[in-house]
Amino acid sequence: MGEVTPHPRTLYDKLWDEHVVHSREDGVDLLWIDRHLVHEVSSPQAFEGLRQAGRTLRRPDLTLAVADHNVPTTDRHLPIADAESALQVGLLESNAREFGVRHLGMTDADQGIVHVIGPELGFTLPGLTLVCGDSHTATHGALGALAFGIGTSEIEHVLATQTLLLRRSRTLRVELVGSLPAGVSAKDIALALIGRIGAGGGTGHVIEYVGEAVEALSIEARMTLCNMAIEAGARSGLIAPDEKTFAYVKGRPGAPTGAAWDAALDFWRSLPSDAGATYDRSVSIDASTLAPMVTWGTSPEQVIAIDGKVPDPAAWHDPDQIAAARNALAYMGLEAGRPITGLAIQNVFIGSCTNSRIEDLRAAAEVIRGRTVSPSVRQALVVPGSGAVRRQAEAEGLDRLFIDAGFSWREPGCSMCLGMNPDRVPPGERCASTSNRNFVGRQGPGARTHLVSPAMAAAAALTGVLTDVREMMA
Amino acid sequence: MESFTTLTGIAIPFGRAHVDTDVIMSARWLKHVSRTGLGPGAFEALRQDPDNIFDSARNRGAPILIAGPNFGCGSSREHACWALADLGIRCVIAPDFADIFAGNAVKNGILLVALPADDVARLMRIAETMPVTVDLYAQTVTAGDVSVGFTVDAFRRRCLLEGLDEIDLTLAEKARIDRFESDRTTHRAWALRMPTVPHAKQRDAQSNRTDEAC
Repeated sequence: MGEVTPHPRTLYDKLWDEHVVHSREDGVDLLWIDRHLVHEVSSPQAFEGLRQAGRTLRRPDLTLAVADHNVPTTDRHLPIADAESALQVGLLESNAREFGVRHLGMTDADQGIVHVIGPELGFTLPGLTLVCGDSHTATHGALGALAFGIGTSEIEHVLATQTLLLRRSRTLRVELVGSLPAGVSAKDIALALIGRIGAGGGTGHVIEYVGEAVEALSIEARMTLCNMAIEAGARSGLIAPDEKTFAYVKGRPGAPTGAAWDAALDFWRSLPSDAGATYDRSVSIDASTLAPMVTWGTSPEQVIAIDGKVPDPAAWHDPDQIAAARNALAYMGLEAGRPITGLAIQNVFIGSCTNSRIEDLRAAAEVIRGRTVSPSVRQALVVPGSGAVRRQAEAEGLDRLFIDAGFSWREPGCSMCLGMNPDRVPPGERCASTSNRNFVGRQGPGARTHLVSPAMAAAAALTGVLTDVREMMA
Repeated sequence: MESFTTLTGIAIPFGRAHVDTDVIMSARWLKHVSRTGLGPGAFEALRQDPDNIFDSARNRGAPILIAGPNFGCGSSREHACWALADLGIRCVIAPDFADIFAGNAVKNGILLVALPADDVARLMRIAETMPVTVDLYAQTVTAGDVSVGFTVDAFRRRCLLEGLDEIDLTLAEKARIDRFESDRTTHRAWALRMPTVPHAKQRDAQSNRTDEAC
């Protein structure tokens, strides 16, 4: 913690103040944006808008384009079979060329999910503002960058001006005391928090995660935690940069070097919230009490511990929540009161911007080692988040381990998270998924998603049913 | 952008809580590359039901939607707003809205009115039989003999009333942005300098660094 200062500020305040170009009288600030990640789904209309207005990019050099949502995860040497997907991916490339933006194509060795490659390439750095037309941009807050998702009109605004017109958010301090038990991961913290404060609990706020359980997390685990801030309604999640952060960043292709590194480090060390800084709200969770979590419904807040039972909608008082729970049970084909363990799943997805980094794959591999996927599981995918993750996993032999166990080892992309590419969950089938959203139809029309950690997804793949991974680790 | 001043029309008493943008606009519609023509895909899964609330003779083309809390949560897809606009919706009334969705809505001329849950519930009942009037000048919602006031962000209100384009507003601040950028280039040179990144294969050849997690 820093020394007590006359006007103690939070990490969020410091990041915000650093980037204010101009404060308007109505309380809206014009905020400078340091980095802009662009993908193929949310950008075509933004580039078209620029073209129609005859506008150019203010800082194409601070912008990076990569296709991830539509890309198939097999047969990458072939053209994309789906004509609309091919058009979007092609438009990203031609727009990038026309407007002078660096573009990572489908066969580029650095290609991957925007939120995996940003940190990996050192495009994301502590102390910066970073935006992307994707709500999971909160991920990058794990490095102490102010990062948030934007819509297409805002993409166009950033491309044209390198700024955004925004009002400062309120702050929510989430403290995680204690230490995580074995078999419980950052994903479980994220799900438990959403269960506690609700899917709209962080609306209007930016979350700063603090406490010993957060400090103990690796940088990749911190990305998983921040990634799901948006599922609690918070546009950004933040973790103060520390020595782990600096070690992670150092030497990455986009990281500063030499004297610039020293200058950056001085600045980064000034970022943690000051002693005495105040937050609009605070929540505290004892990490040592957490268990592996699994969602039972169609909102990430509809979540229980793996040793729990599917709740009875009548248990709520709020009529909106009762109705939501009834709708969710009907969609999910579940009865109130049954244990969530033992529920048969037909699909397993290990991947997405939440859980597709090397540590996620190692955690799944650790559970799988020497065992095989249950014959009742029809699809079990492992989809690394980037070319670099894939190469690293292959260097460690994880690809062989997954393939020998009966998994399909894929090329990087968003894959089965969102139903925009060929990887889908068939209607009515269940999926144990390491992704971030269990919304109606998210993984394909009629698909039933159960959000879990990588270790829990691996356990479900082996048994064919939702399983407490802690029992398999004994 | 189309301005928003006052509006009177049918309000669809939808009422559902936590309506995510996947429900408003499912993934397959995200492959469209223009801002128009998305109305037929709005609430697609719900509209499979022939008796759905959006396509009844009374509600089809209605300009106002009344929903439950946390409307527009989830994905940042602006397609959700384009789809609502294409469906004819110019105003959504709910207890609260997700942040990214709220930013997107205003840029598409859609007014979001946040009201206490009790008021939303009352309006839901009245809207079954009466048209609803939303007045952004007076900041009131009126239906039958019920009239409730609302507040809306002053900047967003002005953008809606005057149909302002935010990019035009910001480009008018070019001198300020130039000055900020110049200062930042001096004081945080590392933040605005993107090194020329060699291709991954060249990099691998140059160093033995692996992506060991920290």
